[in-house]
Amino acid sequence: MSLITPDFGLLFWMTLIFGIVFFILAKFGFPVLTDMVRKRQERIEKSLVDAREIEARMAQWKEEQAHLLEATRKEQSQMLQEATQTKARIVADAKAQAQAEADKILAEAKLQIAAEKESALRDVRREVALLSVQVAEKVLRHELSDEGSQRAFIDQLVDEANQAPLHNKN
Amino acid sequence: MMLAFLISLLLWQGDTLGPAGLGMTESIPGEATAVIPSEATAVIPSEASVSQEFDMDEYLYGHVVDAYDWHITTVNGKHISVPLLIIARSKTTGWHVFSSGKLAHGHEYEGFYILHDQESHRDRLMEHTPSGDVRPLDISITKNVAGLMFNSLVLVLLVLFGVKWYRKHDAREEAPGGFSGLLEMLVMMVEDDIIKPCIGPDYKRYSPYLLTAFFFIFVNNLLGIVPFFPGGANITGNIAITFMMAMFTFLAVNLFGNKHYYKDIFWPEVPLFLKAIPLMPLIEIIGLFTKPFSLMVRLFANILAGHMMILGVVSVVFLTAELGPAMNGGLSAIAVLFGVFMDVLELLVAFLQAYIFTMLSSVFIGLSRQHPEEEKAEK
Repeated sequence: MSLITPDFGLLFWMTLIFGIVFFILAKFGFPVLTDMVRKRQERIEKSLVDAREIEARMAQWKEEQAHLLEATRKEQSQMLQEATQTKARIVADAKAQAQAEADKILAEAKLQIAAEKESALRDVRREVALLSVQVAEKVLRHELSDEGSQRAFIDQLVDEANQAPLHNKN
Repeated sequence: MMLAFLISLLLWQGDTLGPAGLGMTESIPGEATAVIPSEATAVIPSEASVSQEFDMDEYLYGHVVDAYDWHITTVNGKHISVPLLIIARSKTTGWHVFSSGKLAHGHEYEGFYILHDQESHRDRLMEHTPSGDVRPLDISITKNVAGLMFNSLVLVLLVLFGVKWYRKHDAREEAPGGFSGLLEMLVMMVEDDIIKPCIGPDYKRYSPYLLTAFFFIFVNNLLGIVPFFPGGANITGNIAITFMMAMFTFLAVNLFGNKHYYKDIFWPEVPLFLKAIPLMPLIEIIGLFTKPFSLMVRLFANILAGHMMILGVVSVVFLTAELGPAMNGGLSAIAVLFGVFMDVLELLVAFLQAYIFTMLSSVFIGLSRQHPEEEKAEK
């Protein structure tokens, strides 16, 4: 019956030894390991959550970036358009201004030309008058030798003088 | 495994009834426990024909029961064994501590001698007193105690060695490899697969005990399979050891049981007439003790059966010695093959029994920590 009869000595030693083993392992053995593994699990879980969060944030950033890019592109095209318009306007303005300037210069030139022409004509006229006076002097000196013709000539001159201011006014 | 146990018992009984088994050696009280195979074979011509017979009983029991010295082997009829410490308290003369070597071969020392019980194949320390021979208070360091100490030392050193890694490293940043990795795998397997699901939210409180129980049983089982000193002591196949293990679980279950657990025992939810005559409470109270009892017997019987199976298989070599070289050689070869198979099987059993003990302990503890409201809420 010994096989199934517990022995007191063995019961005693078993209790003692198992107690000591349990004390050592429960204090310095398994909890150290299990705590560490638990911490690691927590860390891994946290890392996973973090990774997911970062992923979401990255996606958000990407979207924002895309938005930004699109906005920039739109702005760029708008600016280009504006620039084109400005250019056209400036060119048009310049053209108009140049035209006006040219017109003004032309007008001034015409006036000047007209004035020049007038003064030239006046000079010519004066020259012609002087010439005619000289010619007339010579003619007169030659013809006024007789009385009759002198009289006739004076009359003619008086008539002419009467009519001349009318001519000049024209 | 119970089946294996039965088979081994049958094997062993069949052998004892056979011609070889019937030839029991006449052993004087106090002689070495095990009659070792080399004695049985015809190696030593000086021995009489009586001792040529292989004593199956002594062979089997000598290996599985406790002893006062640790028999290692026998060379040419000479026993080589490690003497252990006898610690006994006599009612008349007080404490006695001496080496068991002094009691070898039936010698008497300070009034003590070892009685070899033919019936149980068990050595008992006895004391001569004027009023007859009595059994003193005996807490000797027997073979099993010595084995237990050695195995426990191995266990503690292994675990502390494995855990050392965690003191030097930040386990949050890296995972251990090598032995620490193996230990972590085993520990976390036990905790995550057994303890956590069986106990529930309070598992942390019980985890150190259950882990210790698992590794204690596992290491003792494994070292029990090692066939030479200092392994091979049949520790987890000893009823005293499994009794204490079951007792610890019993205490863990019943000392920390909550009110739902005790209500289920003394006033379960059954029709009134089943409680008025306290039939159900009676059954529940019996159940209180059958649970650890089953733990005790299961582990004990499985490991004992394993040891006996291996011994039985190996004994074929010696039992067939007289059948002639050809027969003996052939059967020995088969026995060796079968022995290898049994050893591998026992490796599995060593793990399995530790696993089952831990799992059932966890389940029993889990029952004592039940939360019926939560379970109802879940449904």
